[in-house]
Amino acid sequence: MFDLQGDSLTKRFGSFTAVRDVSFEVPSGSFFSILGPSGCGKTTLMRMIAGFEEPTSGDIRIKGTSVVGTPPNKRNVKMVFQHLALFPMMNIGENIAYGLKCRGENKVDIRRKVGEVLDRIGLPGVEEKQVSQLSGGQKQRIAIARCMVLEPDVLLLDEPLGALDLKLREHMKIELKQLQHQFDTTFLYITHDQSEALVMSDNVAVMKSGRFEQIGPPEQLYHAPQTAFVAGFVGDSNRFEGRLSARAGDEARVTLDAGGEMVARLGQEGLSDGAAVSVFVRPEAISAHATRGAAAADMVAVEGTVDSLLFNGANSRLLVKLDDGTQIESSHTTGAGAGARFAPGDRVTLTWAVADGLCFAAEGGA
Amino acid sequence: MARSDAGKLSLILLMTPFLMWIVLLIILPQIGIGYLSFQEKVGPRQYVFGVGNYVEFLSEPIYWNTLLRTAWMSILVTILALMIGFPVAYYIAKIARKRSRAALFLLCLIPLWVSDLVRAFGWIVLLRETGVISGALQSVGLIGGPVELLYNDITVVIGLVYTVVLFMIVPLVSTLEGMDNSLLEAGYNLGGTRFTVFRMIVVPYAMPGIVAGCIIVFMLTAGSYLTPILLGGKNSMWFTEQIYTQFITRYNWESGSTFGVLLLLFTSAVVWLGLRLTGQNLASTVAKE
Ligand SMILES: Nc1ncnc2c1ncn2[C@@H]1O[C@H](COP(=O)(O)OP(=O)(O)OP(=O)(O)O)[C@@H](O)[C@H]1O
Ligand SMILES: [Mg+2]
Repeated sequence: MFDLQGDSLTKRFGSFTAVRDVSFEVPSGSFFSILGPSGCGKTTLMRMIAGFEEPTSGDIRIKGTSVVGTPPNKRNVKMVFQHLALFPMMNIGENIAYGLKCRGENKVDIRRKVGEVLDRIGLPGVEEKQVSQLSGGQKQRIAIARCMVLEPDVLLLDEPLGALDLKLREHMKIELKQLQHQFDTTFLYITHDQSEALVMSDNVAVMKSGRFEQIGPPEQLYHAPQTAFVAGFVGDSNRFEGRLSARAGDEARVTLDAGGEMVARLGQEGLSDGAAVSVFVRPEAISAHATRGAAAADMVAVEGTVDSLLFNGANSRLLVKLDDGTQIESSHTTGAGAGARFAPGDRVTLTWAVADGLCFAAEGGA
Repeated sequence: MARSDAGKLSLILLMTPFLMWIVLLIILPQIGIGYLSFQEKVGPRQYVFGVGNYVEFLSEPIYWNTLLRTAWMSILVTILALMIGFPVAYYIAKIARKRSRAALFLLCLIPLWVSDLVRAFGWIVLLRETGVISGALQSVGLIGGPVELLYNDITVVIGLVYTVVLFMIVPLVSTLEGMDNSLLEAGYNLGGTRFTVFRMIVVPYAMPGIVAGCIIVFMLTAGSYLTPILLGGKNSMWFTEQIYTQFITRYNWESGSTFGVLLLLFTSAVVWLGLRLTGQNLASTVAKE
């Protein structure tokens, strides 16, 4: 059963197409994210679902029923706005009670439900406080409670963590996921931050210039991207530009623009020889060696000089400048028992398995 | 040390003209008028201190009736100005597109370019027996003979609303402009109808502007002189006219001062009552975070 379905949704503003032929299905009770760079049409898509914009064409179904033409206040989807939009002239209790009052529920029920939802979000007894008396993270939870008290079919969240500072953002990521479990409601989450999308979601749609590039679980997007854009946007990657010179099975031989050759796995079908391609290699797939050994047949090896070390605990990186000038990021273990340690200026050999390099048609190119 | 001296100096320089203005033009004259109002005339150039002027005011129904009438009509004008000004302000602040907003606002200010007097005469040109409207109605054949549209309460109220509505629009536009559209969208999204969103979100949000606008408009109307006299003629019975008569025609400054003090006290009382009844207070209106 799908709580929310989009069918070839398109939205044009004049001659500009903000959302282009987007289709998706969100299963009940799941956490679905839309991930894309700024201006790709995420908010426009969400506003169509909430009913603030009419789609130019296509259909939106909530619990199987089309809602195109239904006014926003008759749709059972609630929205957490980017800047939360808590009502400043009401206290917390009144903010949460607003939707219930609109529905015409009686005072006793309203009071009970407001108390219950505040308990669930872990802020019991704040009814009488003013909005300005709460911290950023608390306001966040109130904004969610204000929607959840109405038991919506789908909760829409438009970059709700954007306004928070980094530390709180990390914390709220986990909390949001827990809240979603607790309320057992379908969440549709918009973000331009890939780590938010990867951590929280059951499914992620990667969006680019109004189109969905790929929809799938986070692991799939990370390990099996289908386009160059997804490979580059989701997670960190090293990118090599070149031209496809030969293919054998699912292996591609690429002549790099910077000189040299590289073998990588074909990430997509239908590439012809001579096409402009990009090869993506994740930093954690690369290992650095101080000595030059004979490279195994299914490994790629390149040589370079250590440029700098970026220490970040388990995520530490080694920046290596190849002899042709390309810069590469490689993972770097720095624990007590770690092997070779490097200093800037050292010569290193970087190796990775051929299957860890993914070859796609270059973006923009055919 | 030098810093704080400079700070003090600039504070003094800033405050002096302001304080002089308040003291010389507002406080001193009011004290003078207050003092005069307690002077009873007992003979030529002979005065004693007493409340005789106030007793005289109360014992003459025409005086306090005029004051009450002025207050009622001012309240009516304030309500009408709010009802007309709110949609206009809402349109300018929220519906009009960014570019046309400034133009619309300027358009509202244009009447201020023309003096009060000239504007009132404009109405007279339109409304008098031989005026534009009467003539037009006759030529269309809707009425048989000329009609006098001047010198009645409706005309006075219309004229006053027209003069003061701008002072309602300006504070309303500035409060409404500060309202984030997402508040309205959240209002609809959570299930509100147009009416609930208006009543529970727009009006409470605009309340400081509404209160400020109403106070300004009420005070301006109650204290206005030209419009009621020119459009209402002898029938207007506006309290400022009584004050004028006492000061200028009768040359009875003591009585005129008494009326002045009473107008100030009475309008202040009405404003205070209005604030109490709507549960607002002046501090939250003026100093909104
Ligand atoms: N009402 C509108 N009229 C015309 N163009 C619009 C309108 N709303 C959005 N757009 C355009 O549509 C495009 C997508 O906008 P949208 O707000 O959906 O982006 P977004 O993905 O949410 O970006 P961000 O991450 O910055 O919020 C933008 O280029 C924007 O200029
Ligand atoms: Mg957006």
